[in-house]
Amino acid sequence: MDFKPLRKDTMLLNMGPSHPAMHGIIRILLELDGERVVKADVEIGYLHRAFEKTAENKTYLQVIPYTDRLNYVSPIINNVGYCMTVEKLLGIEVPERAQYIRVIMSEISRITDHLTCLGPIAMEMGAMTVFLYMMRAREFLYDVLEHVTGARLTVSYVRIGGVKADLPSNFENLLKKGIEDTKKCLRETHGLLSKNKIFIDRTRNIGVISKEEAISYGFTGPVLRSTGFYYDVRKAFPYLIYDLLDFEVPLGERGDNYDRYMVRMQEIEQSIRIIEQAMKKMPKGEIMVEKKKLEPYSVVDMSFSGKRIHPEKVQLSPNLEGSEMERSKFIYSSKFTPPPKEEVYTSIEGLIKHFMFYIPTEGIKPPKGEVYFSVEGANGELGYYLVSDGSSKPYKLHVRAPCFHLMAGFPKMIEGYMVADIIPTFASINMIGGELER
Amino acid sequence: MERKEELNKEIQERFQEFYIDFISPFGDDTLIIKKEGIFPVLSFLKNYGFELLLDITAVDYLGKKPRFEVVYHLLSFKDRKRIRVKAGVDEDDPKVTTVTSLWKNADWLEREVWDMYGIIFEGHPNLKRILMYEEFKGHPLRKDYPFRKRQPRIELLYPED
Repeated sequence: MDFKPLRKDTMLLNMGPSHPAMHGIIRILLELDGERVVKADVEIGYLHRAFEKTAENKTYLQVIPYTDRLNYVSPIINNVGYCMTVEKLLGIEVPERAQYIRVIMSEISRITDHLTCLGPIAMEMGAMTVFLYMMRAREFLYDVLEHVTGARLTVSYVRIGGVKADLPSNFENLLKKGIEDTKKCLRETHGLLSKNKIFIDRTRNIGVISKEEAISYGFTGPVLRSTGFYYDVRKAFPYLIYDLLDFEVPLGERGDNYDRYMVRMQEIEQSIRIIEQAMKKMPKGEIMVEKKKLEPYSVVDMSFSGKRIHPEKVQLSPNLEGSEMERSKFIYSSKFTPPPKEEVYTSIEGLIKHFMFYIPTEGIKPPKGEVYFSVEGANGELGYYLVSDGSSKPYKLHVRAPCFHLMAGFPKMIEGYMVADIIPTFASINMIGGELER
Repeated sequence: MERKEELNKEIQERFQEFYIDFISPFGDDTLIIKKEGIFPVLSFLKNYGFELLLDITAVDYLGKKPRFEVVYHLLSFKDRKRIRVKAGVDEDDPKVTTVTSLWKNADWLEREVWDMYGIIFEGHPNLKRILMYEEFKGHPLRKDYPFRKRQPRIELLYPED
């Protein structure tokens, strides 16, 4: 990295790539005047895993596990974002119950993400207790996730057209316990940190970024909101059932570390509100897409193989170019969801349908076109740009990772402050290497 | 809806020489322009209200002409609208004007596009690889770069004596 120092009397210091206080592998080159940072530069790329190249060589279903590894502390939000992008291309709307499940699980993920961010901020200023409290609360929420999804971290729970499985019968009690623990943890953390003199001295007016600068750097999420700018994808472009729920978007004032801490703390409270409302409102019903809604693929229900509607009678909508009869031989099977297991084991049609769903050249085949869809990730707007050429693999899948923009603006946030402030500032923007470098 | 048509009309009038099409597939407003018009059109859009640069990326349509397409996503807080701006870039002359003077995050985003697709952004202050290492040969997201290709280890700067 060619780094030109601004002055001659300064010292150059490398922080990272492998630094004990760094939350990811990232190199920060600092020009120091004593303890003060004069100029900084960030170098990334140590965790590049070729997510986009891999996605181009996998089927739409096979990409889902890779999305878990983007932001690995809130994997369900990534799953939801990716699946909803493909659904937007296919033109499906998932049933109401699945939407509620997605919202509840996303909000649990958001809480775990914020807890993972807030704990280290405190830890890096010496408050180890808060870190342990938060990790304990996160553990209870991971228990909830584990009961529902079967995994703790890499969950792959959401499917194109629905979710993998319905909520378990004891879900409500588990969730209640998890939420109570989180609330208790929040109370304790507020008591330990929010009015703590040492904590405030270390965070107030440190790592300040102005509203204009934050927008210029493409910041979204809690970091943008901490500057006092109102933008939340859940409010601006409501997806799933967020427009039916009552919640607020917490804002900061100064855009410093303390505001970022406070915004995240309040967002956890709002997420709990969302979960509680959604649990009350959630209807009982099918999780996966009902076959009738899948126009025009849904013309034949394979479970009644005797009653086929003749394929010639089907009228294709013009945006289904690339999925015509001659190009997709098995168009009259419902292609977005695998058949129920009973059908696979008892009927030949179901078995064929099952294999057709999973073999790489068939499966889900969205129409030609390109879409951009974004959800509110824990760090900001998590967008997917998907280009389809009508085959079973994405032609191009690009992730708009919120961390990428945050890290691009990171040098601005540490220039002029002390070396010791770098680590708390770095923790407060919650960089996730998996998402940053994809 | 009206505002969209108004915008379309205004762009068409102001930038006749660059304008190609304005479409809305899947509900995403997409403006297709010539690559020479990227800087003037984007700076106009920024003043129009699209304040935030969401993303810059490229798509490689191997075998088509022009081969690449540079894709910009912008966001307007005021209208709660997103817009996509696309421009074709030829393989023989893969050069686009930089927008780093309009948005600061364009710096890293353009470096990523250069790294992955080999599209040169003219006027960029620091155009070098960002995700791959300096010694890497080729541009990995191009369609003609093999999926499982391996590259040799970087030579040691100071070989053991």
